[in-house]
Amino acid sequence: MTGAAPMLVARNLTKQFGSFTALQDVSLDISPGEVLCIIGPSGSGKSTFLRCLNQLERLDGGAVWIDGELIGYRRVGDKLHPLSDAEVARQRLATGMVFQRFNLFQHMTALQNIVEGPITVQKRPRAEVMAEALALLDRVGLADKRDAYPAQLSGGQQQRVAIARALAMKPKLMLFDEPTSALDPELVGEVLAVMRGLAGSGMTMIVVTHELGFAREVGHRVVFMDRGAVVEAGSPQQILSNPQQARTRDFITAVLN
Amino acid sequence: MQPTVSQSAAPDYDIGKLSIVKPRHYGRWLAAAAILAILLFIVKAFADGQIAWRVVGQFFTAPAILSGLVNTIAMTVCAMALGITLGVIFAVMAMSPNPVLRGTAVLYIWFFRGTPLILQLLLWFNLALVFPRIGIPDVFSIRTVELITPFVATLLGLGINQGAYTAEVVRSGILSVDSGQTEAASAIGMTRLTALRRIVMPQAMRVIIPPVGNEVISMVKLTSIASVIQYSEILRNAQTIYYANNYVIELLFVAAIWYLAVVTVLSIGQHFLERHFGRGQRKTASAQKTGALT
Repeated sequence: MTGAAPMLVARNLTKQFGSFTALQDVSLDISPGEVLCIIGPSGSGKSTFLRCLNQLERLDGGAVWIDGELIGYRRVGDKLHPLSDAEVARQRLATGMVFQRFNLFQHMTALQNIVEGPITVQKRPRAEVMAEALALLDRVGLADKRDAYPAQLSGGQQQRVAIARALAMKPKLMLFDEPTSALDPELVGEVLAVMRGLAGSGMTMIVVTHELGFAREVGHRVVFMDRGAVVEAGSPQQILSNPQQARTRDFITAVLN
Repeated sequence: MQPTVSQSAAPDYDIGKLSIVKPRHYGRWLAAAAILAILLFIVKAFADGQIAWRVVGQFFTAPAILSGLVNTIAMTVCAMALGITLGVIFAVMAMSPNPVLRGTAVLYIWFFRGTPLILQLLLWFNLALVFPRIGIPDVFSIRTVELITPFVATLLGLGINQGAYTAEVVRSGILSVDSGQTEAASAIGMTRLTALRRIVMPQAMRVIIPPVGNEVISMVKLTSIASVIQYSEILRNAQTIYYANNYVIELLFVAAIWYLAVVTVLSIGQHFLERHFGRGQRKTASAQKTGALT
């Protein structure tokens, strides 16, 4: 993983919600093709970190670069100018996001959900987009559900459509925000299988998850966060089997039991 | 489980050979009979009363009535179109991060909801008293009395007033859509306005359509107050006729029947619109419907 220019650089990210500090001085880099898993108790700032990367939250301090491009601002000399709504929207095309609660567009079928971005936002030719969307549905194992509305799909199926929807935009980087936390236990496997396949295809991924098994098997690097800060980072072996920090040890023990 | 002493024979658990007696519903028969009697009484009263039904039939399709009907429908369509357009614009403004736009929307809603409609109509109709000529100075101008015809005054009065109410309906519709939908739209690179148009509004429609349908139906009848500023809608034309021939009730009946007819057609249209915008929810919606029927 070393040597290549980082895909994403996050430096000293800080985020406050009122008097609550959600992120405090978080710095992380991710290389192309790397799968980074972020674990930690709820309220530790994992999701906020992810949401700051694609500007769903505005940072109070620090900065993010994706593929060398500063996120959210244009630098002119020593001044930073906040980007317009349209420019922020363009920057978001670099990342695909998968939400805990799926957030499929309820008034659209599975297929319509997937083609919406490429057609409406990227203005790509319909026929080409349709063919790709059908291939994506096939890849997540839902070719037969193309005309189903989200309300007619199980949680696991909805999340797989949501992954296909994000992939249809051809992002450089995929962000997963606790993608299996809202699922019934028997449906977790099918979503993880799709994500495993995606990691195998070389996609750069940041995964906020409670699935330690997935982090161990698929992750290249694991980060443990607590109270808005990175406590410990390293290989899955180091963090999950031989944590150095007491807080990491306590968390892993608590999750495994 | 202790055996009951008093029971001599074991209870008969096989009810397969028994038949179920159909409930009699005496209450329904009683209510039907009572209401039928009252209806018959009313029908007989009107049949014996001094109403020239022949005149109702004769004027039902009179040219003045039909042109009034066309004007009523045209005004309903135009005023609602203006009202919905303004309603959407001001609802979006009211939710904008821009404080100037937000304040303007609040002011608009405050003023037009806060004054009586008939007063607003009279204000528009008498605009010429304030501005004898309207236009761009030195380029183009027109005498206000020529521009503000009864049609234009009614359209402005009803449409702009309607917009203030519809803005609140649209705003509540937009608020009803889960914020996750907007986030997902942002995540695939949509701007705020694109997300509103493609993702939020279509889902908000499910909440917006029933009250707006209600307002369309109100508007059909509300156009009748435009008779005070000489807009020739159906009620005003009916009045003009009965001033001449004195068949007051007959002509009011003619107008009433036409209003009912228009409202009936609109109600049916509303049903199909609601079904269209309920898509994606249909599974749950139809389940609820059957649940309510049983």
